[in-house]
Amino acid sequence: MTDRPASELPPRPGVGFKSKHFEALTHDPGAVAWIEIHAENYMGDGGRPLAQLDALARRFPVSVHGVGLSIGGEAPLSREHLARLRRLVDRVKPASFSEHLAWSTHEGSYLNDLLPLPYTRATLQRVTDHVAEVQDALGRRMLLENPSNYLAFAESEMDEIAFLSGIAEATGCGLLLDVNNVHVSAVNQQVPAEAYIDAFPMGLVGEIHLGGHDAQEDETGAPLLIDSHGAEVADPVWRLYARALARGGPKPTLIEWDTDVPDWPVLEAEAARAAAILDRERAPA
Amino acid sequence: MSEGGFTRALMAPELPVPEGLVAPGGRPAGARFDVYRNNVIVSLTDALGVAFPAVRRLVGPVFFAAMAREFLRAHPPRSPRLALWGAALPGWLEDFPPVAKLGYLPDVARLEQALREAYHAADASPIAPERLGALPPERLMRTRLHLAPAARALASAWPALSIWRGETPAMRAEEMLVARPGFDPVALSLPEGGAAFVDRLSEGLPLGRALAPVPRGFDLAAVLGALISGQAITDLTEAT
Repeated sequence: MTDRPASELPPRPGVGFKSKHFEALTHDPGAVAWIEIHAENYMGDGGRPLAQLDALARRFPVSVHGVGLSIGGEAPLSREHLARLRRLVDRVKPASFSEHLAWSTHEGSYLNDLLPLPYTRATLQRVTDHVAEVQDALGRRMLLENPSNYLAFAESEMDEIAFLSGIAEATGCGLLLDVNNVHVSAVNQQVPAEAYIDAFPMGLVGEIHLGGHDAQEDETGAPLLIDSHGAEVADPVWRLYARALARGGPKPTLIEWDTDVPDWPVLEAEAARAAAILDRERAPA
Repeated sequence: MSEGGFTRALMAPELPVPEGLVAPGGRPAGARFDVYRNNVIVSLTDALGVAFPAVRRLVGPVFFAAMAREFLRAHPPRSPRLALWGAALPGWLEDFPPVAKLGYLPDVARLEQALREAYHAADASPIAPERLGALPPERLMRTRLHLAPAARALASAWPALSIWRGETPAMRAEEMLVARPGFDPVALSLPEGGAAFVDRLSEGLPLGRALAPVPRGFDLAAVLGALISGQAITDLTEAT
C-alpha cells in the first residue's frame, strides 16, 4: 500500500453520474467538481458507458464506488470480480475507490442489495481480511462506507463505529461517511444520530455521501426509514452534514440520486446547497 | 446468525424472519426484515424488466413481475455485473408452462438479449462502404468480411422482429441482424438464409464459400445492405 491519502477527491461537491446528465456535465457542471460511478455498470467491453466515462475522466476527478464485492460476506472475495475492478481502476485512474460494509453474494448468487452483518470479533477479522485483500488487489487504499440499518443483530458485540474503526486501524483504509445512512439507521434504531456523528473518526473520512430516503412505519407504528436514493436530501440530514463538517472540516461530498433520477438542474441545486455549507466551513471564523 | 439462514428467509417470504434479528428495544425484527426481502426481489425484477422491455410489454407488467420471481429463483445472477444477467431467460421461457401459448416469446427475448450484448460489445470502426463496391466480383468472392463484435444474427421460426417492433404480423419466419452503428444497437431485417450466411462470415469464411449453401433466390444485396447500414463490417481481407 502507498502512503498516499485514501481519497484524492477535492473537498467540494460531486454527483453520482447518470448517462442522461452527460451533456449538462460536459457543458456547464455548475457546483459539481467531481463524479462518482458504480463500478459494476462499467464492466462491459465497450459502447456508450465506457466512452462517456473516458470523456468525463479527462475532465473530472472520478470516484469508483463498488456495490458488488460483498466485503462483509462469509465467502472468499470473487477473484474474477476483483480482476474486473482492477481493469476499471487501471483504465480510469480514479481519485478514490470505495465499497460498503455489507454483503451481497451468497453461494455465488448475487442478491443486488447491501445486506447487514453482525458486529462481532469474528466478523471484524473477516472484513479486515477482505479489505486488506481488496487494497492489495487494487494497489491502493480504499474507503469503507457505513451502512443503513433496518434491524440489528442480537449477537453483536460492539457498536458500528468501533467496528469500522477497528477495520481502518488494521488495514489503513479510510472511511466513507454516508450521513443519510447515519440518519436512517438512527431513526430506525431509535438512537440519536448526533451522537454517531460526534463519535465518528472524522480524520479517517475521505468522502461524505448525502442522499434521499423514504419514510414508512413498521407494524408497531414505529418510524422505518428506507435508504432509497430517490429524493432530495432531507433537512435533518443537511443538519447532520453541517455538524460533521464542523468537526472534520470540508470533505469531498457526493449527492447520490439513483432512482427517479431528476433533471440536471434539480441535482445541481443539491450540489450547490452542499457547496454553500462547504464554503461556510472553509471561511475563516 | 448465518448468511445461509438469512438468505433462505430472504428468498422465501413464507419462511419466518430468522431469530436473532432485532428491532429497537430488542423485539423481533418483524416487518423490518421485509425491507431486505423487498429490495432483493423488486430490484432484480426491475433490472429484468429494463433488460427485456418487449417481453414485459407482451405479457404485461403484473404477469412479468410474477414470472421474474420464478426466473430469479431458478437463475439468480452469478455476478454483480447485472448488465448481462438474463441470458438464460429465453431458454427458461421455452419450458415455462404459463407462456407455452406464446411460442414467439423466447425468440423476442433472444433478440432483446442480443441487443443488450451489442450495447456493451467492444468498439470497432466500420469500413467505408465504397471499399466493398470497388471490388470486382471474382475478388469479392475471395474476400473475408470481418464483422464488428456487436454484430450477431438470429433466425426465428416466428415473426419475432415484427413482434418486438410492436406490430401484429401474419405467421411467418423472420431473420434479423443486430448491430451497433455508433452507440445505439439496431435490429435489421435479413432475407431468408441471411442469419446462417452472416454466421458463416463470422466464422471467417470468404464470401464465396459462405454463399455456397444459401437457398435459391438468396438476396445477397439485402444482406450486404443490412451489414453496411448497421456499420457491421470492420475490415476486408482477401483470401489467397
